[in-house]
Amino acid sequence: MPQTAAKAALRVHQLRKTYKDVVAVDGLDLEVRPAECFGLLGPNGAGKTTTIEICEGLTAADSGEVEVLGLHWPSDAAALRQRLGIQLQETQLSEKLTVLETVRLFRSFFQQGPGALAVIGLVQLEEKAKSRVGNLSGGQKQRLALACALVGNPDFLFLDEPTTGLDPQARRQLWELIEQFKLAGRTILLTTHYMDEAERLCDRVAIMDHGKVIALGTPRELIASVCADHLVEFSAGAGPHALDLAALSAIEGIREVHRENGSVRMQVTELHRAVPALLAELGRQSVSLTELRTHSATLEDVFVTLTGRHLRDE
Amino acid sequence: MNSNHPLFQLTLVRFREFMREPEALFWVFIFPILLAAGLGIAFRNRPAEVLQIAAVTPQLAAPLRAEKLLDVRQLSPGDAEAALRNGKVALEAEPGPNGGVIYRFDDTNPEGRTARMLADRALQRAAGRQDPVASTDRLMREPGSRYIDFLIPGLLGMNLMGSAIWGMGFAIVDARRKKLIKRLVATPMPRHYYLLSFVLSRLLLLVVEVGVVLGFGALVFQVPVHGSLGGLALLCVLSSMCFCALGLLIASRAQTIEAASGLMNAVMLPMWIGSGVFFSAQRFPSAMQPVIKALPLTAVIDALRASMLQGATLAQLTPQVAILCGWLAICFALALKLFRWR
Repeated sequence: MPQTAAKAALRVHQLRKTYKDVVAVDGLDLEVRPAECFGLLGPNGAGKTTTIEICEGLTAADSGEVEVLGLHWPSDAAALRQRLGIQLQETQLSEKLTVLETVRLFRSFFQQGPGALAVIGLVQLEEKAKSRVGNLSGGQKQRLALACALVGNPDFLFLDEPTTGLDPQARRQLWELIEQFKLAGRTILLTTHYMDEAERLCDRVAIMDHGKVIALGTPRELIASVCADHLVEFSAGAGPHALDLAALSAIEGIREVHRENGSVRMQVTELHRAVPALLAELGRQSVSLTELRTHSATLEDVFVTLTGRHLRDE
Repeated sequence: MNSNHPLFQLTLVRFREFMREPEALFWVFIFPILLAAGLGIAFRNRPAEVLQIAAVTPQLAAPLRAEKLLDVRQLSPGDAEAALRNGKVALEAEPGPNGGVIYRFDDTNPEGRTARMLADRALQRAAGRQDPVASTDRLMREPGSRYIDFLIPGLLGMNLMGSAIWGMGFAIVDARRKKLIKRLVATPMPRHYYLLSFVLSRLLLLVVEVGVVLGFGALVFQVPVHGSLGGLALLCVLSSMCFCALGLLIASRAQTIEAASGLMNAVMLPMWIGSGVFFSAQRFPSAMQPVIKALPLTAVIDALRASMLQGATLAQLTPQVAILCGWLAICFALALKLFRWR
């Protein structure tokens, strides 16, 4: 599709949605390119689900424009529905049906797409094809939901918090599946409040807060834009003197030293130079280390830097 | 219709969900049979009961024995009085002055009064009384006029209402609560197929439901079906559609099972009481009759009774059919307007 390849798969302009007195989406602009995996990252209540449901044609916006695959809601609904694969956040599929019966039901709504068994194979539920939905684990149910989104061989996949509430193993399994769909060239819009999920899956990420996009870019760009490459954190036992934070800040390559929950946290540009210097300084101050951690900066750190809050603060 | 048609798949799913719900099976198929069997046994036609009475002399006992409905025991006056007091006999006959007779009995007890009439008739006839008016008895025991004949159409109507309203109401509200309706609306599924699938699965189950109740009535109690089977089938379909529309209306906005269940009971209770399932709706004051006649269940039960017991044709049932069509049209139109697809 050479012509459409240049066009955005999804274009959202000045989107607004208010529920009673709560502004859920507040003048949002977005553009998702064809064949990219785009993530909406933000805490609960940031407006992610409202945004994705407006794009899916399930919720009407108060104002603003939404263009999906060059088409519009509601005038092109019939054509659009055939081309979208949708997975909602809270759907509970009928527990009394089997996996195969459920997928066959959803398959019957689409004009084209793989057979029910092929889709079940795609999400690795072959062995459960004859099991009742009620007997599936959380991860299996989520994969079934994914299968129901894939039955129409969609050009555009909307995934609303696909791994929320799953154990780490089930999450990794689901990530692998989503990565396969990316490789197959589908456009994906997913929402999540897990920074590791967004970092791993998304080509580009929009960080949302209070119904607005507060940062947009590839995960690397976002991390580079707000903080240094690494974060160092240490805890110290009781020493003869109070810890001199100013002396730490003076070390080359160390910035933003501050205390947090009894430990000391700082941003570091060059780990291999800064850490020996840090250890030397702590030795000079006769501080006994009880714990020392370094980690690469994440999207979580970006969110904290931008808003002063953690992603999962309620 | 091929098996990949969405309407076929949706109907199949409805059907499977219902068949995999043991409670639903019980209420729809087993409960009406148990109810009909229980009431049928309670109100069965017993042979006329023989009453026990006591006579204190053989001269009184002999003519009394001519009456087949009396079981006469000859007792001493003391024993007779004791038997009367503890209810072993309903009446005691003893000689009175001038060759007359004295009856002792409790006139507040229907058995006592009946025994008095039977005993007196037997003694008077034995003494030579001629009845001036010739009377003939015709006993009403043939199928079609017993309580069970009245009851089966009532139960059938009640069952049609309950299964349609519960079937629609719970399934729709449950799907809405689980966000399943919202998920289906996010697919290209035509929305009217979703509602239509409920109606189609209802029609399929209707065959079984009606068959079970009528079959039970016919086999166990010989309840007759005088009207045409085709007419009766049409009547059942129309009734079920009417209650489906009512169920759809009840479920059109409710978000929780509790809310839907309250609404369903509020709608059905007046009809359970007023529409003449167990006793004739004519017993209500005439001021209430227009309201009672307008209830859909009254129309259904009146029409079913007229068709099954009197052999009425659909043309003769125009008023009831018109009431049902009216309810169907109004409820369905309102439900479509109000229905919440998420």
